[in-house]
Amino acid sequence: MAKVLVVTSGKGGVGKTTSTAALGAALAQAGRSVVVVDFDVGLRNLDLVMGAERRVVFDLINVIQGDARLPQALIRDKRVETLHLLPASQTRDKDALTGEGVGRVISELKEKFDWVICDSPAGIEKGAMLAMHHADIAVVVTNPEISSVRDSDRIIGMLDAKTARAEKGERVEKHLLLTRYNPARALRGEMLKVEDVLEILSIPLLGIVPESEAVLAASNVGAPVVLHAPESAPARAYLDAAKRLQGQTLPVSVPEERRGLMSKLFGRRVA
Amino acid sequence: MSTTSRPRPFVRVRGRSFIALVLVPEPPLEEWLGGLDAQMQRSPAYFAGKPVVADLTALAAVPQLVAGLMEALASRGIRLVGIEGIEPNAIDVELPPLLSGGRTVADGIAASAPEAPPPPPEPASLLLDQPVRSGQSVVFPRGDVTVVGSVGSGAEVVAGGSIHIYGTLRGRAVAGMSGNAQARIFCRRLEAELLAIDGLYRTADDIEPHLRGKPAQAWLSGDSMIVAGLD
Ligand SMILES: Nc1ncnc2c1ncn2[C@@H]1O[C@H](COP(=O)(O)OP(=O)(O)OP(=O)(O)O)[C@@H](O)[C@H]1O
Ligand SMILES: [Mg+2]
Repeated sequence: MAKVLVVTSGKGGVGKTTSTAALGAALAQAGRSVVVVDFDVGLRNLDLVMGAERRVVFDLINVIQGDARLPQALIRDKRVETLHLLPASQTRDKDALTGEGVGRVISELKEKFDWVICDSPAGIEKGAMLAMHHADIAVVVTNPEISSVRDSDRIIGMLDAKTARAEKGERVEKHLLLTRYNPARALRGEMLKVEDVLEILSIPLLGIVPESEAVLAASNVGAPVVLHAPESAPARAYLDAAKRLQGQTLPVSVPEERRGLMSKLFGRRVA
Repeated sequence: MSTTSRPRPFVRVRGRSFIALVLVPEPPLEEWLGGLDAQMQRSPAYFAGKPVVADLTALAAVPQLVAGLMEALASRGIRLVGIEGIEPNAIDVELPPLLSGGRTVADGIAASAPEAPPPPPEPASLLLDQPVRSGQSVVFPRGDVTVVGSVGSGAEVVAGGSIHIYGTLRGRAVAGMSGNAQARIFCRRLEAELLAIDGLYRTADDIEPHLRGKPAQAWLSGDSMIVAGLD
């Protein structure tokens, strides 16, 4: 049975697109057929993070409006055979996204793929509502700071009230992905603690992705971090998260500050 | 419900399990508002102090009418606590929260229609066994509200009676909304943005810091609100 997953957050810039690409690539590497769908019409990013920006011919809006057939718009990843991208339009108006059109495209995608992963735009407007509407599973991307957590709380309420599942009296399975977690700042008490975020949002934890240069390096070369630097801490966190999405139970580890040699030596000299 | 003897369209009002009344406006609005006015004249106290939800399904095709409707309702003293039946982005005015999940208990004006069989007594308490999330508003004028879970920052619970939160209260709790000074607010962990009972309120800044994060209750003593630890 195909699963529709939305990556959502309310707040902008928390790591939705990064997470969509990483989870999509991780699931595809595990042998599943995956499509990642960019719902951020007008501000598309997923094609860049996936390194497919020069291969975009048709997009989601073209398919919705009947200007192209779905197979013409799908872009197959060059690194992982079972990974595909359905890009958003950069030029069209957001209003071109219609509920009816999105529903049609999602059900066609469900026939072709094991996982349909929808990268939501920020906010609680139409684009975000449509991205979540058909979801079976939601990954709520949150940074450990108070504004991001409150926005996520709001989004969780909408997942419970406004999705197709909610309308049928069913529930969307919700998971928390804590991203851009900075162990040094956590140590200094400058970020919300993991347990506080969990207490506020009270949904299960899918993983904690540390703030890392590896993410920026990967997005600069146009590759999901799990493909570009599979041994890096964020890649390992995403690979574990993908395993949990497939039903495995693995303990979640809180990233710890590993002090570099320099700071240790320096610390000793001062003492 | 008979409309034969009525010159104006009858304004439909539905009773709900947790929201008192649902209005169902239809275009043309002048005519519908005329019907509403006639009805309010027949029973002037009908809407008094009651929270009302507007079902805008019939206006979905003409969203430009919504702003005017909101003003017209406000000028009649009708307090909208929610809307339903319309896409939130279809309209650009500031609207009350969309509601879903309310159970319709009767059609027509059950409260005043003599031919309707007496409805079974409605429960005077509301139990929610999920958290109330940021941006959500739970309004229950008839009695107590119990939440088995937390009330998020930016969420609110409004009750005619007392409010019981078996989790952290981070948002607002408004108890005794229709003039019940005996109502109280209880929570397992107090982080509230606002506490109000029968119109008297305290914001987070006025709550003693040593009570933050603790189990607590609030009640009225004369003209002041008392907030105290529960143990
Ligand atoms: N774990 C991380 N470590 C370091 N940088 C990160 C991490 N996750 C995301 N970023 C960076 O944060 C920025 C925003 O990330 P991203 O585009 O994935 O967020 P988004 O939620 O999709 O944003 P928008 O709401 O604008 O769509 C990017 O520059 C990205 O490289
Ligand atoms: Mg994005």
